[in-house]
Amino acid sequence: MSVFYLVAFLAIFFALMTIFTKNPVHSVLYLVITFFTLTVHYILLNAQFLAVVNFIVYMGAIIVLFLFVMMLLNLNEEAEPVKSNLVKIMGAIAGMCLLATLLGAFRVIEPSNEMVAAHADIGLVENLGKVLFNEFLLPFEISSILLLAAMIGAVLLAKKDVKKA
Amino acid sequence: MGNIVEQIQGVPLNHYIIFCSIIFAIGVTGVLIRRNVIIIMMSIELMLNSVNLLLAAFSAYRGDPSGQVFVFFVMALAAAEVAVGLAIIIMVYRNTKSLDIESLSKLRW
Repeated sequence: MSVFYLVAFLAIFFALMTIFTKNPVHSVLYLVITFFTLTVHYILLNAQFLAVVNFIVYMGAIIVLFLFVMMLLNLNEEAEPVKSNLVKIMGAIAGMCLLATLLGAFRVIEPSNEMVAAHADIGLVENLGKVLFNEFLLPFEISSILLLAAMIGAVLLAKKDVKKA
Repeated sequence: MGNIVEQIQGVPLNHYIIFCSIIFAIGVTGVLIRRNVIIIMMSIELMLNSVNLLLAAFSAYRGDPSGQVFVFFVMALAAAEVAVGLAIIIMVYRNTKSLDIESLSKLRW
């Protein structure tokens, strides 16, 4: 039980560090730690498949993509655009307002205060695979088309324009 | 594994909702206060992740695997979104030589 609160505190702390650090590379590294704490949360929920996928897709693929783009663009702290303090304060206040609204709404609807029961086996690869390939087979296949389209789009967008150069 | 399962017995669903709301609000704040396009994308990832965790928590709470399958689809979508988004950022950087989101304000026309 206390593991949840420790990991939740770490996740919030590193998420805050992600958005408040000046250096973009440090920001990405803090984001890695945030994703890792979220992976620990999945393990605590006994969602082992999601934990592994989160680990591989987010920490492996997406973060490496971010780091590659940063390397490609050769960023440093001086190139970092800075917003005026007024806008920053207003943004922070707006975020806090959103949080207060959400928490107030959740207090009104009073979600059940029961414990999250450990349905020990729904998160295992075997059971998720059965659901995925029975009920969700069509969305699964369509998502492959989405990934193909994204791949072609990314290559086309990032390619240097040969004719212009 | 039994030890881990015992660990989560004591966490109410409420606390998952509060935790995920906080992470989501941090993501929104990040979008609002930063001007670097890459960091704005990272904040969006943060928001997607918080929603994913809440879906998984509800799925474990209801004992229904559909929620976790949905998280899987959201992850596939996030991967596609990041690939296209970063390609667009690289293109913008080539044209404007800056990562400032204000450099795109011409799009307002």
